[in-house]
Amino acid sequence: MAQAQLRMIWAGLGALTLAMLFMSDAAKWLIEYPEAWVLPITPWLNAAMDWTVAVFGPAFKAFSAVMDIPMSAVREFLQWLPWSVTLVLLTFVAYAVSGTSLAIFTFLAVLYMVVIGYWPESMNSLSLVAISVPMAVGIGFGLGALAFFSDRAERIIKPVMDLLQTVPAFAYLLPILLLFGFGPVVGLIASILYAFPPTVRNTMLGLRRVPDEVIEAGLMSGATMRQLFWRVRVPSAMRQILLGVNQTTMAAFSMVIIASIIGGTADIGWEVLSTMRKAQFGESLLAGIVIALMAMVMDRITAAAAIAEPKEPILNEPLWSRYRMWLIAGGLALFTAALAQVFPALSAYPRAWEIFPAQYLNDAVTFVVVEYSDAINTIKSVAFFFIMLPVKIGLNETVSPFTWGFEFTTPLRIGYAAIAAAVILWVARSKGSGAGVAVFFAAMLIYFGLTRMPWPAIVAVAALLSWQLAGPKLAIGTALSLMFLVVSGVWPQAMLSVYLCGIAVLLSFALGATLGILASEFDGVSKVLRPINDTLQTMPLFVILIPFLMIFKIGEFTALLAIMAYAIVPAIRYTEHGLRSVPAYVIEAATCIGCTRMQRLWRVKLPLALPVMMLGLNQTIMYGIAMLVIAALVGTNGLGQQVYIGLGDGDFGVGIVAGLGMAIIAIIADRLTAAWSKGRQEELGLEAE
Amino acid sequence: MENGLGEVKLSCRNIWKVYAGENAPYFKSDVGSAATPELCTRMRADGAIPAAADVSFDVHVGEIFVIMGLSGSGKSTVVRCLSRLIEATHGEILLDGEDLLKKSDKDLIDIRRHKMGMVFQNFGLMPHLSVWDNIAFPLSLQGLGKSEQIEKVRRVIELVGLEGRETSYPKQLSGGQQQRVGIARSLAIEPELWFLDEPFSALDPLIRRQMQDEFLRIQTTLQKSIVFITHDFLEALRIADRMMIMRDGQVVQMGKPSDLIVNPADDYVAEFTEEVPMVRVLKALDVLDREAQAGGDMPERECDCSVEELLPLLAQSKDGVKAMRDGETMGVVTATSVIAALAHQDADRGPDRASAMAAGAA
Repeated sequence: MAQAQLRMIWAGLGALTLAMLFMSDAAKWLIEYPEAWVLPITPWLNAAMDWTVAVFGPAFKAFSAVMDIPMSAVREFLQWLPWSVTLVLLTFVAYAVSGTSLAIFTFLAVLYMVVIGYWPESMNSLSLVAISVPMAVGIGFGLGALAFFSDRAERIIKPVMDLLQTVPAFAYLLPILLLFGFGPVVGLIASILYAFPPTVRNTMLGLRRVPDEVIEAGLMSGATMRQLFWRVRVPSAMRQILLGVNQTTMAAFSMVIIASIIGGTADIGWEVLSTMRKAQFGESLLAGIVIALMAMVMDRITAAAAIAEPKEPILNEPLWSRYRMWLIAGGLALFTAALAQVFPALSAYPRAWEIFPAQYLNDAVTFVVVEYSDAINTIKSVAFFFIMLPVKIGLNETVSPFTWGFEFTTPLRIGYAAIAAAVILWVARSKGSGAGVAVFFAAMLIYFGLTRMPWPAIVAVAALLSWQLAGPKLAIGTALSLMFLVVSGVWPQAMLSVYLCGIAVLLSFALGATLGILASEFDGVSKVLRPINDTLQTMPLFVILIPFLMIFKIGEFTALLAIMAYAIVPAIRYTEHGLRSVPAYVIEAATCIGCTRMQRLWRVKLPLALPVMMLGLNQTIMYGIAMLVIAALVGTNGLGQQVYIGLGDGDFGVGIVAGLGMAIIAIIADRLTAAWSKGRQEELGLEAE
Repeated sequence: MENGLGEVKLSCRNIWKVYAGENAPYFKSDVGSAATPELCTRMRADGAIPAAADVSFDVHVGEIFVIMGLSGSGKSTVVRCLSRLIEATHGEILLDGEDLLKKSDKDLIDIRRHKMGMVFQNFGLMPHLSVWDNIAFPLSLQGLGKSEQIEKVRRVIELVGLEGRETSYPKQLSGGQQQRVGIARSLAIEPELWFLDEPFSALDPLIRRQMQDEFLRIQTTLQKSIVFITHDFLEALRIADRMMIMRDGQVVQMGKPSDLIVNPADDYVAEFTEEVPMVRVLKALDVLDREAQAGGDMPERECDCSVEELLPLLAQSKDGVKAMRDGETMGVVTATSVIAALAHQDADRGPDRASAMAAGAA
């Protein structure tokens, strides 16, 4: 489509939307999709699921019984092993793969679990991870290799992986629960399903990146196809594959934690969740720290194993020396076990020695909340009345003496329209008509609110945007999948999700980009931010909720903050990365021309870094949506809550439709931002990442 | 190796490699009837890409055969057809008289394990293996016993001068060192046929020169049959027994380096020879002074040494230098004869250059 035509269509769509808004009193269906028109997708899905359970249920149940054997064995073993032996072994592993500092960190982290009194729960979680990671890695490696060799397999595997990773983790639990029955095995299977895609991706990537010459050298050395795979391709790709294993481990662990929501696992995730529900935030935080520490230890150890340099080999090394690390580990374990026989405290940590400062924490929080209640309430209500509500239901309904302190009278409304029109004209003049149209839609949105916008207009805007950024194929996909949300009756919830996530994404991107700019200009800022980002990123999502929950209690504002805390990380990272990877010669040229530092930043670096920053925005959206479901636990009303309700009632249809809805939103947002970033990078002649 | 070409080791006959046109019936009747350039034009018009077009040459036992061409000329395609890393679309490759293209996968693996070695531009080392294990890699693929491996690996490590670096990893070595590993690995199986695909192109000029010398030294002791690919004309001149120039997948000229310089087949070849320093190419035999008489106290040099090597001697010996072959005096080189020869070569090039400059100015 030509630019001029597109502009006409945009303008037409804007006018049409406005017309629909004024017609909405007469034609209510434009705003609220009538219940009578909703296709009974949920009952259909439930019927299909009932049938599946009836027919295949026994097979699945049998499978779950089989899976239960190794899982119980590992759990029993870890529970039986004296804590001191586990502590010594984990510390030694950390030392072997990385060195003293990680060993010290691991030692302290494991000791914390013992002293705080969460040892059995931690070991229950660990046993699930210990089973699910090897299985996920095995499946992932197999599928990755298959996709590497067969294009047809790749065409099937890739979209399935996309779906598995964008459907919120909660939504998986439901079908698994129905098929495999109650119990920890659900967590295991869910965690395998959720965790294997990173290994597939990295295996494929690693195998693909082996240089042609290395393959040719292998062939010319006379390798058979089998030798070429196992002795050339796989070892050359090993580093990438191990990075996949690291990501798989983290995904498996976070799913194990999430899965505890169905209960019956007596693991550390359940501990956090149940205390959170009872508003025992001190206890919840102490258990949450266990999760955070476990995540950090697992992440650091697997990451160190992935990037470890091979050790200088010793020619003709004797056998005992080649396996000396194993021998030392075995010796240490035996020695500690013997000690534990002599000193029972090393075997079962005495209750009396446990330190559990939950009460102090609770008191401290209560003190803060009471002492600063005015400030906290002010922050909450300002954010709610002046940012969240206008986007949600529009100024039209927000402004009242109770919220803003005055009535939204007709002259004020006219004034708003006049100011909006002036701004639109000015922007259209100075930045082009495209920007003008964007401001026009923004002005409508703020006046009427996202949830009061006519659904046909939103579907059309999204489709047109898709067309403009990526062509007709994406436009059709966008329109169809959004219509699925409409006809399945979850449109209102979807808009609530978009509203909350949208605000969180915009705020965290603005904040994150600012921090990223600072970090790229000042090394000190970068140094401070990096460990914080690392920690936030490895943290299972649950844990992020706790501190906000302690201070701001249940509510949408808490959810917003939690989403922001998680989604800000990619915004910071990509901004800094984008700015720092602007080619040095461009910066030198700019400096020679006589740019000041600010000019260099605004007029040279930022425009060049923008595509990478857009990838950051893409990731910010993905992170935001992932956190949205978790945030449903603290009181939101979107699709996340819907998934949660489905899970609670065992209503497969409701949960799955809501889960798919979130996946749809995530995928559309992903495709749009990725297409924009790719197009822009190609224009700038930069290497697409 | 003046005319004494040994028996043919590898014979490449009418090799074609056509991308995106494998199924078109170009080779049912056309080859032989249509001229190569015309057939290429037709293929390109059809959207097919003739990466190598009707390439034929022989490599003799103990010979260094250099294929020279700029990037995209098809030289790497040819060497990959020879080693069957890619399959030729048409033609024959005879190794010791047997058609390599008809070998089964199993036989091919066997041939690669015992008869062929290859060195790559970017070294192609296994990043996860130490120097020792990289070199032992082809041996261990064959399932050779440890003690035999140790003996063979030690020998090639000595040959390329890598003693003391056995336990390093490729990443820890300089480019020159890495290529030594590549060379050692390709030689570990004691191949008869040795392919080198731009082995020194990724190295710094100084190191490149040093590696060329080493390569020639190794070849003097091993006497392999070699196909050497390069885009560097001077490198080709230095090491080739015979060489072939390629352009757009086709052979432009083939012969001994001096033949190419004296009689470039066309302007394309002439453009390469133009930058060749004549003092290096011209031999004593090419610049004999017909009028000078051999004197008893004149210094002596072999008649195939370059003019460059004669210059310092000529500066000292006013009467000239004797050019010898097998103890016999072939003639005398004097300062006058050298200058005359160089002047003559430049005069040959003169008009060309002048007209080129005129064209540039216009």
